[in-house]
Amino acid sequence: MTAHAMSHTLAAGSGSGWLAAFTHPYFLHAFLAGSAIALAAGLTGFFLVLRAQVFTGDALSHVAFTGALAALAGGYDLRLGLFAATVAVALLIGAIGRGGRADDVAIGSVFAWILGLGAFFLTLYTTSRSAGNGGAGVSVLFGSLFGLSAGQALTAALVAGSICAVLLLIARPLLFASVDEAVAAARGVPVRLLGLVFLVLVGACAAEATQAVGSLLLLGLLAAPAGAAARLTDRPFRGLALSAVLALAEMWAGLGLSYAVPTLPPSFGIMAAAASVYGLTFLKGAGRGRDHEKGRNGTSRPARAFSRLWQTATMPALGDTDHE
Amino acid sequence: MTDVLLAAGALPTWSWNPVADLREMWAFPFMVNAFRAGTLVAVGAGAMGWFMVLRRQSFAGHTVATVGFPGAACAALLGVSVSYGYFAFCVAAALVIAAMPRGGRAAGGHESAVTGTVQAFLLACGFLFTTLYHGLLGGVTSLLFGSFLGITSGQVWLLLAVTAAVLAVLAAVGRPLLFASVDPDVAAGRGVPVRALSAVFLVLLGAATAEASQITGTLLVFALLVMPAAAAQALSARPAVSLALAVLIAAAVTWAGLTVAYYSPYPVGFYVTTFAFAAYVLSRGGRYVRERIARPALEPLPAGGAA
Repeated sequence: MTAHAMSHTLAAGSGSGWLAAFTHPYFLHAFLAGSAIALAAGLTGFFLVLRAQVFTGDALSHVAFTGALAALAGGYDLRLGLFAATVAVALLIGAIGRGGRADDVAIGSVFAWILGLGAFFLTLYTTSRSAGNGGAGVSVLFGSLFGLSAGQALTAALVAGSICAVLLLIARPLLFASVDEAVAAARGVPVRLLGLVFLVLVGACAAEATQAVGSLLLLGLLAAPAGAAARLTDRPFRGLALSAVLALAEMWAGLGLSYAVPTLPPSFGIMAAAASVYGLTFLKGAGRGRDHEKGRNGTSRPARAFSRLWQTATMPALGDTDHE
Repeated sequence: MTDVLLAAGALPTWSWNPVADLREMWAFPFMVNAFRAGTLVAVGAGAMGWFMVLRRQSFAGHTVATVGFPGAACAALLGVSVSYGYFAFCVAAALVIAAMPRGGRAAGGHESAVTGTVQAFLLACGFLFTTLYHGLLGGVTSLLFGSFLGITSGQVWLLLAVTAAVLAVLAAVGRPLLFASVDPDVAAGRGVPVRALSAVFLVLLGAATAEASQITGTLLVFALLVMPAAAAQALSARPAVSLALAVLIAAAVTWAGLTVAYYSPYPVGFYVTTFAFAAYVLSRGGRYVRERIARPALEPLPAGGAA
């Protein structure tokens, strides 16, 4: 952070306007990695909200902290620990729950303990490696987007790009399985496998985003754009696209804010942008009246819209499976 | 812990004579205060956590708990006592979550998106406060992961007052709250003010997590809330018995954690979560074995444990 502030003030005289930001390598790296991570988080987050699995995302983000510090304490690359821990726990959560949806109390107990293990590794790392920097724990928890090297940024962009690609590939069946699991299973959609693949994608996304905004804050990047998109539109694919676009815009706004005001860390700028966009969508909802938005049977709006759409398209053959 | 003892000499050694060990440990006033504070915190968190698990509000509880971190950081930035920061932020977050419109049961996705956004944004605020207040940076990990050093007698009295108040209110609303938690629809039909009870419960949860955060750290307070309660509900189906068990397990886990942390260089939060997790795994395993042996026996309370 201090390095960023310093280089910023040193170079302040040389550039002019907003484009000058891109002459700094640290900003360019952050922009590249941040944009890719925001897209991945926006897409994954939309499904997390639709499937009511935000708490699972929260758990995976905390697991990322322990994985990173375990790798650091053992002397390995931080990213190895991040991906190993989040993907392993994603598979575990998928295995202990039915249809890839585990019970809140079981998830909470497991991740609270894993977080305690993280505290242990943090102490191990800061006490045993005297050469190591004491700020490692803080930068894993809260991210260091402006500290990425060119290689790290490129890897981050590639990994986030492949998360997006896989998610878009399975988007249609996953949407169906998320909205109406029983009907999807009856129509031959591999519901359980899809749930598991999705959890692994969330794990990979959490590991990737930890490097950008930190393991404690990535939940905001997953939940806020998706929640805002779900409030703004009823239609599932439009919502999915909107969620990704909102995440990207919030990432850019946060980076810009942090560049303009160097005392603000980039993670804070991104969270502030994400939270205020989500807050603004509530103003829109308040104007339209509450009973309309909540719906008749309590399901979320995109879920109802999608099931209605699906029923009119394919249900005449089955007819009596109307679940409303 | 380690810093003080390393400065004094070496880590204390376990002599296999429990009476002498305890006497030696409690010769330090800070250890006595740590045990007093830990017991109070465990009793409050055990009781509140039992209701939290019963009401399936783990995510709300976790959010209220993590919000203590920006509270403490803000208090440090303003130069007031950290305790006030914890209480102000945790109770305020509880009120925000209570004020949010509740959809039907299936609309969990939206509600948790709001909860998650509130949590992440406030943690980001906490991070901002710590970067603005440069001196605190070394203390971030002790805010997040807990420390039982330097608990003053004044803090113990404050914790005692808060725990007593929380338990008194809980005892007053206990019966209707239990009814509303187990079956909100029927309770509402019988004229129980479900919504008001939910708000009161969240405020109590905020107060209990605020006090527990000061010992276990904001990230690990959730462990003390969820695990003893989940273990107790797996052990017994009767509300009174499992509530008492939750408090007992929380207290036992805290005592064991403090004792082991005194003799080792690793943080108390790690030991408390590990012991609590062991209790949870053992009780779930025990229940599984018992159900396999006596299958046609009475089914346990549907809300208890985790089906």
